[in-house]
Amino acid sequence: MKILVPVKRVLDYNVKPRVKSDGTGVDLANVKMSMNPFDEIGIEEAIRLKEKGVATEVVAISVGPQKAQETLRTALAMGADRAILVQTDDDVEPLALAKIFKAIADAEAPGLVILGKQAIDGDNNQTGQMLAALTGWAQGTFASAVNVDGDHVSVTREVDGGLETVKLKLPAIVTTDLRLNEPRYASLPNIMKAKSKPLDTKTPADYGVDTTPRVKTVKVSEPPVRSAGVKVADVDELVGKLKAMGVHS
Amino acid sequence: MKTLVWVEHDGKAVKDATLAVVTAASKLGEVHLLVAGSGVDAVAKEAAQIAGVGKVHVADNAAFDHNLPENVAPLVAELMASHDAFLAPATTTGKNIAPRVAALLDVMQISEILSVEGPKTFTRPIYAGNAIATVESSDAKLVLTVRGTAFDKAATSGGSGTVEAVGAGSDAGISSFVGAEIAKSERPELTSAKIIVSGGRALGSSEKYQEVIVPLADKLNAALGASRAAVDAGYVPNDYQVGQTGKIVAPQVYFAIGISGAIQHLAGMKDSKTIVAINKDEDAPIFQVADFGLVADLFNAVPELTGKI
Repeated sequence: MKILVPVKRVLDYNVKPRVKSDGTGVDLANVKMSMNPFDEIGIEEAIRLKEKGVATEVVAISVGPQKAQETLRTALAMGADRAILVQTDDDVEPLALAKIFKAIADAEAPGLVILGKQAIDGDNNQTGQMLAALTGWAQGTFASAVNVDGDHVSVTREVDGGLETVKLKLPAIVTTDLRLNEPRYASLPNIMKAKSKPLDTKTPADYGVDTTPRVKTVKVSEPPVRSAGVKVADVDELVGKLKAMGVHS
Repeated sequence: MKTLVWVEHDGKAVKDATLAVVTAASKLGEVHLLVAGSGVDAVAKEAAQIAGVGKVHVADNAAFDHNLPENVAPLVAELMASHDAFLAPATTTGKNIAPRVAALLDVMQISEILSVEGPKTFTRPIYAGNAIATVESSDAKLVLTVRGTAFDKAATSGGSGTVEAVGAGSDAGISSFVGAEIAKSERPELTSAKIIVSGGRALGSSEKYQEVIVPLADKLNAALGASRAAVDAGYVPNDYQVGQTGKIVAPQVYFAIGISGAIQHLAGMKDSKTIVAINKDEDAPIFQVADFGLVADLFNAVPELTGKI
């Protein structure tokens, strides 16, 4: 079984985003970019399924600028077998991404597509579910456990009240949540090996997908700032403040 | 504009998350509801009482139990032929279903709206709430998820919606519900609680969480929360997590105990009316957002607070 794993190049998790002063977006010039953490979990899960003998090939895909090659090389260094870069400098929305992944899924016929539940830049949380709609496949979102059994996969999902398990017919779509696994670091020999693994470059047009945005960003602004209040000296003062607000047992 | 709101329910009652979505929908136009599942008459009746509601569409079919998106999304897409906007709460259920509906309609969804600025213009958080984007849709129909803490809850009475059954629907046959481990508790739900007591990594263990955090929550009839660090360290289950990747909460009072205040945690609770922080480290970022900060050893201060409040 083949597994496709889309990965996105985003502002590094540890960098504090700064809104541009002209309100057009978040400043991405000269800041560290990395693989979206949820996608890293997706790559890790796919590699583990290959190590268990469930998957035969792991294909990493990225839609983005030429520099997204670096993200794909990271995926290859972790253990993916080959990569596809769908190169574009446009900001591609989830719906168009899902259409590109649908076209790739048609060509590659995977058993599973594992996506991050959301990218930490746009926080849309849509692409996996949209891909599931377009392919007509079942979806297991926000996964904390994935078990393939014959022609089905059981997915344990992190839901509001706790956990829920669904059984899906393969092929299926899985989106990852934080507790699915802890991604490995690529070793130096594997980073070297990744350089010679195949990486195809395509464009959205190759898949017949129009990436014109449907949603226009009018402006991007700083969130309202919450100002610090007061420090209280001791528990008694805190109890007094709380009681004054009507908070007591 | 005719809107269709997804009613989140547990088979017996309408869940609170629905009420904020009704408020958001009423800013766009006429509010219709969809109640899906088997044996949901009581839910439909309750939903019809929500203030401002017009029609309540009821899809009574076991295929819709457990909210399987493979079965539910086609039903919603069909109903959208006669509606202009679909709105769902930004809960794990809403987030599971709405994008599947959007793709079936060839619409780009707008996720977790914070406000309605115009018929097609909304604000929403990006970068874990570190920036707020104002966005405008150009699609013919709208698909939105709504952040519950950003809108007032519609009143649960005073409405006079008309209940109407809709087509049977079907089971796509590609997914099934196996089971759930849902924490049962007498406490208020985290996302709708008036008071939340949250504990962080500084507690050091699951036992200390039980010993220090739980009695204060008991005394105040509060919900229990935790930081991601405390969840990852295994002190409490994952559904306790408050933060960008956990639950977004906005109670009247939020107690952050032994929580340093990482960006990702702040993103989940900074809309709380009053924030109380107790932490040994006076430089902890949590104090920058706290209304009342107490620099103290939590193992002494919290039991004392529990005793005196």
